[in-house]
Amino acid sequence: MSLQAETAAPFELVCPAGTPAALRAAVDAGAHAIYCGFNNETNARNFPGLNFSEAEMAKGVDYAHRHGAKVLVAINTFARAGSVEIWQRAVDAAAEAGADALIAADLAVLEHAARHQPGTRLHLSVQAAANTPEAIRFYTETFGVKRVVLPRVLSVEEIARLNREIAVETEVFVFGGLCVMTEGRCALSSHATGKSPNLTGVCSPPDHVAYEENADGTLLARLGGFTIDRFAAGEPAGYPTLCKGQFSAMGKTGYLFEDPVSLNAAALLPALRDAGVTALKIEGRQRGKAYVSSVVRAFRRAVDALARGEPETDLAGELAALAEGGRQTTGAYRKTWR
Amino acid sequence: MTAIELAIGPCLFNWSPEHLTDFYARIADEAPVERVYLGEVVCGKRMPFSDPVWPRVIERLDRAGKTVVLSSLALPATVRERKAMAGLAEAGLPLEFNDMSMLATTEPGPFVAGPFLNVYNEAALGALVRHGASDWCPPVEVPLASIAAVARAHPQVTVELFAFGRLPLALSGRCYHARAHGLSKDSCQFVCEKDPDGMNVATLDKARFLAVNGIQTLSDSCQVVTLGPERLAENGISRLRLSPHTVDMVAVARAYRDLLDGAASEAETEARLTAMNLPGPPCNAALAGEAGWRQVAL
Amino acid sequence: MTRHRDCGELPPVVALLTKPLPRRPLELILTRLVRQFVERRPELIERLGPTAQVPIAVVPTDLPHAFIVNLDGPRSRIDVVASDQATSAAARIEGPLLILLGLFDGSYDGDAAFFSRDIAIEGATQHVLALRNTLEEADLTPAEFAGLSGNLAEIVNRRTAEALGLARRLLGAPAADIRATPEHGR
Repeated sequence: MSLQAETAAPFELVCPAGTPAALRAAVDAGAHAIYCGFNNETNARNFPGLNFSEAEMAKGVDYAHRHGAKVLVAINTFARAGSVEIWQRAVDAAAEAGADALIAADLAVLEHAARHQPGTRLHLSVQAAANTPEAIRFYTETFGVKRVVLPRVLSVEEIARLNREIAVETEVFVFGGLCVMTEGRCALSSHATGKSPNLTGVCSPPDHVAYEENADGTLLARLGGFTIDRFAAGEPAGYPTLCKGQFSAMGKTGYLFEDPVSLNAAALLPALRDAGVTALKIEGRQRGKAYVSSVVRAFRRAVDALARGEPETDLAGELAALAEGGRQTTGAYRKTWR
Repeated sequence: MTAIELAIGPCLFNWSPEHLTDFYARIADEAPVERVYLGEVVCGKRMPFSDPVWPRVIERLDRAGKTVVLSSLALPATVRERKAMAGLAEAGLPLEFNDMSMLATTEPGPFVAGPFLNVYNEAALGALVRHGASDWCPPVEVPLASIAAVARAHPQVTVELFAFGRLPLALSGRCYHARAHGLSKDSCQFVCEKDPDGMNVATLDKARFLAVNGIQTLSDSCQVVTLGPERLAENGISRLRLSPHTVDMVAVARAYRDLLDGAASEAETEARLTAMNLPGPPCNAALAGEAGWRQVAL
Repeated sequence: MTRHRDCGELPPVVALLTKPLPRRPLELILTRLVRQFVERRPELIERLGPTAQVPIAVVPTDLPHAFIVNLDGPRSRIDVVASDQATSAAARIEGPLLILLGLFDGSYDGDAAFFSRDIAIEGATQHVLALRNTLEEADLTPAEFAGLSGNLAEIVNRRTAEALGLARRLLGAPAADIRATPEHGR
């Protein structure tokens, strides 16, 4: 099946890399698999200075394979009408580079991969937001998808129930930036800026973000000209995303959707294993080597400890400094989040 | 050139059974539209209240000669919701799919690919056409140029443009109406019923920007697309979707009908619509590939 | 300039940065180093994209001067200006010197430094992001920047790491999250 048979690890640890240097850092820190994307709009972290050329991808795959790790290539945006060939080329280039799997959401990309690169495993991206056995069945029967990355709307109990009803592997996010909206079904960013994850592979595009620090140290974050957050001097800040901005409704001002906070499900690893989850995903292709290295090492330690039957690991203290707003949550995995 | 149709989209808000009954009675009797989408799209918890309304509404619309289409939930999750979706076809009416779940639960047959399905290009629509898609209402962030390109590749598919109403922007596992009232989704007390056009949300600059409708987030601004019939046909669009709000939807439909019949110009139609009590300022710029809240010349 | 005597001392390149005026010789040295560096690593300029044509101000809050960085191939240059004159840049990144150095060599995560408010960003955010991401890939160790290789590079990197680590402890900066490891192949 997957790596877990060889390593006896209860999970495959899937780690982010926005640069070849981060890929090497992730491999060296003990990642079982690394996910990354090409430096264009075909992947959902299309930020300036980030991602891989085709040549860098081939080298990255080589480095990972030499160290016993896999590379999963994310081609997980939705192709622009009239330019589908860019996404098709990304699929072919990933397969040529020796990628162990493709992560896709668009029917156009999935279909091309299934038809033209049948030798490469297909994973369904979280951007496809498949959260029912029926939706998952559609993707597995139509395109031969082998693994589904679950949207962050499900509780652990629901994941367990889902796994009993489907025949493919599931992968869940355990750490990092937290979409509050259902991934792949959010156009908030394009409403404010004209660019969005589905359209262009960016949420809150940096060319529409502006920070302003007042004389008193108050930091204002603006997106597309709208002031979406305000941090007092010294108060931990977060990403300039609408879903974690401050708004006023019914006469109250505050974090209407979610606070600036990161996901950390380290404490839930035993429950996720019992729920039948195959792989754990760490968010953060836009983050640096320092983040990748620390988070991957911590989670690898937790996964190995779980394999040895040791009690659950609490990584909250160790990883707090890397979390958005300096704070962490278990998100939708606990039902009370809703 | 075939005549461009008008459709009333599914009601996205938590309207009471009485409100729904009255609304659709008036649509049946007075609105110059060919098609009406019915059903709960946003939150399965509302279904027990609205479901009893639909049989009579369907009958009334049918008698008035409207094509009735049942819309699916956009984010079915619970066993009850999934069962309801699996049984949606039993009514024998055309269906609109708003989640990929529908493709596995229903026998292949003609369906409308709704705006909540991620179809952004000709190849993706092609995949759905092979599963029976006959109509396509693009997601609201897709620009007009992309819609036209997809339409050109699929001349047999009826393309329906989201022309009027607050833009459905996002779905979530969390209920923001409940959260704003200090409640959780499971004990929400159906507080979303307090805001029949959505709960207004302003930025820190006090600029109204979004609207919350349970697990859904919409734009504050109101899509008002007033392209004339020639421009619509040029772009492969053969139906306009008008999304229900508390504003007089019969008057909205009449304004669009006059535009499509050539009885009113684009500018006249825009003036007529913006003079109404819209839920927010007019917008249309997503179609130009720009920030959706803006209003631009298309 | 490759050897330094004592771990407690800031490494020479770093010490040079902290010295008061004259700025001109500092400019010349940094510009020469940065031009040699981009010549050795042209792929980094490609990664930088349109940001290569954009001047970015790096403003250490604990120094009297700031650095205007231009990474435009053979025309690359670093201008040293008084902190309050770093206004010509399209974007500005500001923070304590040790934190900024930690970002450049990958010891610190840029987002984390931003979340904790250790650094501040102003102006055209996309250029700061492009520079940050490119520096991540650059593995900008002191030896790499100075064009050293082999044993010498290892010694310089280790000594610099020790010196910076000590300086961070003395000045109460957070410990490095990771040391950029020079043995990484490219």
